[in-house]
Amino acid sequence: MMLRVVTKERNLTTLTVPLKMRRLPRPRKLAAAFILISVAIIGVLSFGASPTFAATTAACSANATTGCLQGTVKLSTGEPAVGVKMTIVGADLDASVQTDAAGKWAQAISVAGAYKVGLDVSTLPAGETLDPTNENPATVQGKLGSNAGTVFKILGSGSATNSDGTMTTDAQTAAAGSVTWERFLQQAASGIRLGLLLALASIGLSLIYGTTGLSNFAHGEQVTLGGLLAYVFANLLGLNLVVASIITVLVCAATGYFQDALIWKPLRKRGIANTQLMIVTIGLSISLQYVFQFFIGAKTVRIDMANPVTVPIGPITLSEQSLWAMLISVVVIILVGLFLLRSRIGRATRAVSDNPSLAAASGIDVDRIIRLVWTLSAGLAGLAGIMLGLVLNGISWQTGMQLLLLMFAAVTLGGLGTAFGAFVGAMIIGMVVELTNLVLPGDFKYATALLILILVLLIRPQGIFGRRERIG
Amino acid sequence: MNELLTTLNAILASIISPGTAALAIAAIGLNIHFGYTGLLNMGQAGFMLIGAYGFVISITAGLPLIVAVIIALIAATLFALILGIPTLKLRGDYLAIVTISAAEILRMIGRSSLLTSVTGGSNGLTGQSYRGPFTDLSFLGDGQSTLGPFTYDNTGSNGWWVRLVAWSLVAIISLFVFLIMRSPWGRVLRGIREDEDAVRSLGKNVYFYKMQALILGGVLGAVGGIMFVLPASLQADSMGRAMTFFIWTALLLGGAATIFGPILGSIIFFALRLLVQGLAGQFVPTSIMNSQQTEQFSWIMIGIVLMLLVIFRPQGILGDKKELSFNAK
Repeated sequence: MMLRVVTKERNLTTLTVPLKMRRLPRPRKLAAAFILISVAIIGVLSFGASPTFAATTAACSANATTGCLQGTVKLSTGEPAVGVKMTIVGADLDASVQTDAAGKWAQAISVAGAYKVGLDVSTLPAGETLDPTNENPATVQGKLGSNAGTVFKILGSGSATNSDGTMTTDAQTAAAGSVTWERFLQQAASGIRLGLLLALASIGLSLIYGTTGLSNFAHGEQVTLGGLLAYVFANLLGLNLVVASIITVLVCAATGYFQDALIWKPLRKRGIANTQLMIVTIGLSISLQYVFQFFIGAKTVRIDMANPVTVPIGPITLSEQSLWAMLISVVVIILVGLFLLRSRIGRATRAVSDNPSLAAASGIDVDRIIRLVWTLSAGLAGLAGIMLGLVLNGISWQTGMQLLLLMFAAVTLGGLGTAFGAFVGAMIIGMVVELTNLVLPGDFKYATALLILILVLLIRPQGIFGRRERIG
Repeated sequence: MNELLTTLNAILASIISPGTAALAIAAIGLNIHFGYTGLLNMGQAGFMLIGAYGFVISITAGLPLIVAVIIALIAATLFALILGIPTLKLRGDYLAIVTISAAEILRMIGRSSLLTSVTGGSNGLTGQSYRGPFTDLSFLGDGQSTLGPFTYDNTGSNGWWVRLVAWSLVAIISLFVFLIMRSPWGRVLRGIREDEDAVRSLGKNVYFYKMQALILGGVLGAVGGIMFVLPASLQADSMGRAMTFFIWTALLLGGAATIFGPILGSIIFFALRLLVQGLAGQFVPTSIMNSQQTEQFSWIMIGIVLMLLVIFRPQGILGDKKELSFNAK
């Protein structure tokens, strides 16, 4: 009870009073900062700016009361796929159309809203399959007076990509199959892989929370940013994958640095409460998601176009990229751990995490540490994004958003604000998510992770390594 | 000029559309959570979804309309209890993380292929399959009516009847919220928002009051969900995280802790988005921004508006700076 009163008082002095005193001179500078950072993000991404949809068909023309759903299906050879059946369901519509001689399909709609566009894979020519990373049916937002579409990526017979057991594919078959020892090992290996990548991404989330008290809902977008930038550098600009990855991580780290410099530090100085800042991160997250869609489109893109080479290790198979990703994650996580434990700045970081006022009183430059934490976090998230894109064989605007909840589950389980807790939590969550696949269909795998989150809060809200006084 | 008229028409139509009313009802629910009690519910779309599913599944099971609505509200109450019990004693962020997660779980279960026979899986359920009992209640008859620039069916899938019901609900619920927030019960909620410990020291059980607020706001969210799916179709993905964030933007835009804030916010939210999209579509050449990108551009703007709003005008359009819930723990 004593502690509660103390924190309350600190809130009063550090949060509410400066709010009034420091109000005046800031707005213009802040607004400028926002514009700057938006421009920076857009500028960085515009490398990859390409028109997403160029197809217009005569079959449907949009006007004030109708809209069009349309697209073109191409075979793996690049030739149009003729006579492929598409189903379109949504609002009051339940229709099916066929692609014409140019591989185009179109459907007029009279109600705006989300439509499910499905491709009937049985009508594809022999040997052609739908890319497993492609959502089928895909959700398309249909609007009146305009065209909307979706891309189905068709693979040739030679490219069965998913021996690797990625997140979407084996999910469908999993529920029906019996639990064998081999499948258990395979899923456990995937679990370790997911756990390591999750750890890489969530250490940053936890450090930011620890040093500033901010739950950063835009952290998932930092992960997406990493994957998409790697796509831009490695795939579109054709750089060597390693070079592209290094550039990407540097750019991502820079976004962290400038984010703190231009947005978060000024806002902290304004004395804006963390709840408010949390909603600001949500706004940032929405904006970034649509910035990604604006430039890259809603499709799933691949960083590395080559088909993954799989390596059998005993009873399990993993792709080469997965193995590299796991190795790099382990090395980076150990380096970050050593940095936090051994280096002077690392110790200062933990001190700020522990008690910012005390750290400041003992001569630590708290703002500098926070800047470093933002830079490091964004860099790590970017690296996780690249490897996630490689391991899952594709990345889209929502990859990070989906991962964000797992990250929150991981850091809450480990203890909010503790770096090592984030690692342990991430490993557990990664394992649980992949092992769920053994018994439940893929739709439920994230659900179990979130269920664990709720149970943790019920039983031990401070997490495994957290401290009691942080939570209430 | 013609395109500008189309945009204006679309904006006017969005002002009276039942979708706007549904968002407004959900925002009023969130207003009870956040505006009056200071609870950070980041899963209001989950409450909408559970209301919609409870309603639709009951109707398709052949239950009468009123029973279906009651089942939907009970489902939302249970959902609120499950979310509230572990988190309402903890600091605000935990409720945020748990509500956003639970809403996602619901969405994933709703779109799961295992439940296709009940929920329609990721395809969802079409409006015709559950709209019958609702449109049967209409006393407007068949045919079309024109009011000002708008012409809709009297009773059809997206006609005057659903608009009438949706906006009447908005009015009734607003009146209800106005009355309970003036009552002693409402004053306790505001007290909790301002200083939990002070209210506790007055002998009030803060936990129970928070729980009641969570349930009440969640039930309103469920009503919003039902109104959202009645003129359209029920699809889990249409009530995902994005929807929650839109409700938040609408609430903060209009002004939290005010009666008309959520309604005004919802109307402006849609109007603003259509305006940005329409203007971008008309004045920015297609080589820079195609029609798909203008829509995305409008969403980018919505995100930026939310950020700027929270920083520079956290009380929104109608709000009072003294009634802010941002320092809520």
